[in-house]
Amino acid sequence: MPQTSVAALQVENIHKTFSGLEVLRGISLEANSGDVLSIIGSSGSGKSTLLRCINLLEKPDQGRIIVAGEELKLKPARQGGLEPVDRRQLERLRTGLGMVFQSFNLWAHRTVLENLIEAPIHVQGKSRREAIEKAEALLAKVGLSDKRDVYPAFLSGGQQQRAAIARALCMDPAVMLFDEPTSALDPELVGEVLKVIRDLAEEGRTMLLVTHEMAFARDVSSHVVFLDKGDIAEQGPPQQIFDAPLTERARAFTSGFSR
Amino acid sequence: MRFDWIAKYWPLLIDGAIQTISLLVISVCVGFVLAIGLAFAQVSGGLLSRNLSRAYCTFLRGTPLLIQLWLLYYGVGSLLPLVPGLRQSFLWPILREGFFFAAVSFTLNFAAYQAVILRGALLSVPKGELEAGRAVGMSPFTLVRRIWLPRAIRIALPTIAGEVVLQLKSTPLAFTVTVMDLYAVAYKVRQDTLLVYEPLLVVTLFYVALTAVIARSFKFVEAQVPIRR
Repeated sequence: MPQTSVAALQVENIHKTFSGLEVLRGISLEANSGDVLSIIGSSGSGKSTLLRCINLLEKPDQGRIIVAGEELKLKPARQGGLEPVDRRQLERLRTGLGMVFQSFNLWAHRTVLENLIEAPIHVQGKSRREAIEKAEALLAKVGLSDKRDVYPAFLSGGQQQRAAIARALCMDPAVMLFDEPTSALDPELVGEVLKVIRDLAEEGRTMLLVTHEMAFARDVSSHVVFLDKGDIAEQGPPQQIFDAPLTERARAFTSGFSR
Repeated sequence: MRFDWIAKYWPLLIDGAIQTISLLVISVCVGFVLAIGLAFAQVSGGLLSRNLSRAYCTFLRGTPLLIQLWLLYYGVGSLLPLVPGLRQSFLWPILREGFFFAAVSFTLNFAAYQAVILRGALLSVPKGELEAGRAVGMSPFTLVRRIWLPRAIRIALPTIAGEVVLQLKSTPLAFTVTVMDLYAVAYKVRQDTLLVYEPLLVVTLFYVALTAVIARSFKFVEAQVPIRR
């Protein structure tokens, strides 16, 4: 065991196979507190799967996941892959990992405010008053105060995604996981969501960001990971990955985006 | 057309309406609770519970309600007195009545239909919304209680409204096992007065009114959560 200071999030040797296709071939990552780690790569390179393996929405076949020094205890599942030894531990660790999805996934039968206070009340056991107070502050922060009593179906994609980000923030997560947060948005709505994410980065939030927004990744990231065919082909500071990639694969990928 | 008999029979009509409404409310409410269990058994249960639930739904949806009612009333009903001590128990006044058998068979039947509808609704809740629940650390039970089930019920609401109306119109079968429901009252009035149409017309109005109330109530509930499209 190498001695390290406690990382906010650490994953080791994640493997994942979908019906014979090896999507992740042993990925290890580490994010220290305040890091903004962008994961880039072409479609099918395993970016989203990696993110989903971290909070076990996808069951990895192998690997270790350590959140703020606490390792998620895993055991082999009968149907293959790994499953949590203790469901409660998984649920507890998940509250520390704020997930933002490509398709927002707001709960359609609840208003924006109800979406935000749902988990604080029913998972963390906070009082309704406390949850609402926090939710209103976060809605103000993402610029949606006037939409608090609106149902998600009546919001634009950008507004829905900002609400989804606020929903994740309500849990005070130690790490935010963004799974292509702007990929489902019309181009003119991308900016408002990126602005919110940028604000979070500047606040010093620890974030993992799977994205196709290269200019943005280069701007906000402290570290960029380039995935290719389930491997980390190259990683390093954004200047390296985008301006002077060391590997041929990274060069081929990022040259398409050079300005 | 003669309606002067109403003056004499209206207390009976009201009693009949109460019996009809009771049968409807009991079978819909209890049946719905059973349906939730049956639907989840099919959607996320193991092999055994899934198949049991499927077999149940196929059997109860695949046989006429009248036959189910009679099997219960004449079959099980004739066995009950053989259970030692049951005739002396405080339950007997309930268990010996046709109403009990009608309520049970309507409930079991409604549960089967409702389970199939709920199953479809559970499956049509977007996967992502369930993942969002898991991702914030919800336990399986909290996820079902707060997200999955309420969301599915919202989706199924218009269909459920239709099923409740259909259920209302199944209730006259209770007449065949001695329940004095609305239809039984109409039947009695016809026998007593030898009027052919008038009693039927009056109970028809009752049924239409009840249907209107059901439709209205569901519309009101649906309006609580506006879902676009």
